[in-house]
Amino acid sequence: MNENKTFLGYDFVKGFIKENPTFALAVGMCPTLAVTTSLVNGFWMGVAVIFVLTFSNVFVSLLRKFIPDEIRIPVFIILIATPVVIVELVMKAYLPAMYDILGIFVPLIVVNCIIIHRAEAFAYRNRVLNSAMDALGSGMAFTLNLMVIGAIREFLGTGQIAFGSAVFPKAPLFEPAAVMLTPPGGFITLGVLMALLNIAVARVSKRKTTQSQSG
Amino acid sequence: MKDKLLVTPPPHVKSPKAVQGIMLDVVIALLPAAIAGAVLFGFRSLLIILASVASAVASEAIYQKAVKKQVTVNDFSAVITGLLMALTLPPDVPVWMPVIGSAFAIVIAKQVFGGLGYNFVNPALAARAFLLAAWPLHMTRDWLNPMTYEALSTATPLVGFNVTGQSGLTLTQMLLGQRPGSIGETCILALLLGGVYLIARDVIDYRIPVGYLGTLAVGTWIFGKPGALFQGDPLSGILLGGAFIGAFFMATDYVTSPVTPRGRLFMGIGAGLITLMIRLWGGYPEGVTYAILFMNLVTPLIDRYVVPRYYGSGHDAVARKAAGGETR
Repeated sequence: MNENKTFLGYDFVKGFIKENPTFALAVGMCPTLAVTTSLVNGFWMGVAVIFVLTFSNVFVSLLRKFIPDEIRIPVFIILIATPVVIVELVMKAYLPAMYDILGIFVPLIVVNCIIIHRAEAFAYRNRVLNSAMDALGSGMAFTLNLMVIGAIREFLGTGQIAFGSAVFPKAPLFEPAAVMLTPPGGFITLGVLMALLNIAVARVSKRKTTQSQSG
Repeated sequence: MKDKLLVTPPPHVKSPKAVQGIMLDVVIALLPAAIAGAVLFGFRSLLIILASVASAVASEAIYQKAVKKQVTVNDFSAVITGLLMALTLPPDVPVWMPVIGSAFAIVIAKQVFGGLGYNFVNPALAARAFLLAAWPLHMTRDWLNPMTYEALSTATPLVGFNVTGQSGLTLTQMLLGQRPGSIGETCILALLLGGVYLIARDVIDYRIPVGYLGTLAVGTWIFGKPGALFQGDPLSGILLGGAFIGAFFMATDYVTSPVTPRGRLFMGIGAGLITLMIRLWGGYPEGVTYAILFMNLVTPLIDRYVVPRYYGSGHDAVARKAAGGETR
């Protein structure tokens, strides 16, 4: 990680494939499976995580020289709980319907593995700007994952995808499979996507090694 | 190379049986039930069976082609999965349902885990459970009356039996399959014919079906009549639902059932108990699917704890030890 210390772009990009929170690291599974019954739910959950993650990463990084090693986890939790409460109150005030749907999973962001993982593995030993980029990358990748899973489950489970009041397609094209909105549907979608991404990554890295060998 | 150095428990006896031969025997054994289903519920059920088998074989071939594995559709295992899944469906379901179900069975329940021999649950049953969760209304309402092919407007006999403890059918009706139900589950005689053929050909172990049906019969006799003990109707209990097709053709799947004789008995008894509990005290009218799936999941546990006695251990060794002799 030392040689990349000043390479901000890498810290942002690595969250999407190499350290993808959902598909490569398999952290944050609880909200991934629980709230991804629709695209919009996934989006707002992701936005909440981006905010909390950026806030906590920046502050953990800022305070990394003052946090005693022995009690760093409790300190992280306090630093994470602050933005979580902010998100919770803001959501309650301005998006009450979404807050009702996401419910317990908003306060549970405090103990979300992604946030603690990024704090412990990255922000605690890297500079503030890098930590911020790392948080934005991981958070956006997480949001994207939740939206993709949510879109697939919503489409197969209800036959439609809703963006606010717009619904596409107007009438379901097929008989929706109710199972996709239940936890088994979440696990199946997650597993299939994880497998496909792994196949894609394996193909690309194989091509790279053969190129570097021949070249 | 890794696949060629298999270490399995002894004894190592080479069997002349090959996968293809065993699978062909199972297909033959299932044919009477499939034909009976086609006769009882008409052309539609034949269409469902054909669609299901075609989808299963095509899914297996396409998946194996796509991941560049050897295409093994000619070992008949995909045919069996498709056939079995179709036989557990209500006869009036839309034809796209068996197509999706078989594709799910082959790709998600079997091939993703490594193909034949590596799946941890019976693919046909996993697909049935998936369909039941995905389109519950089709899976619990699309029944037909036998021979007349009219849609059924009342509950199936099993639902009534679970509530009242009485089947309202004669023994002949139940044996010939003259009742609404899934395509292949109703004609007990056809299933029995296939099951006996498989036991006679030494393809399946009699312990699983006997343990399963015996447990279910005894349990139904004890608890089957609401409000009274030991007054249930054990015969209707095993003849009315999907217990026969499950006991002979699903619970006996080699890959997902225990390898030891005693373990197989436990598998049958466990599946019988769970079926009984779901029927009498659970939320579903029929529990065969979930009972067998559950026993599939505990099969590795059974195999781990039900180990046959080593030759030379046991009573003799205990006696020698008691006499102060040498023990190994």
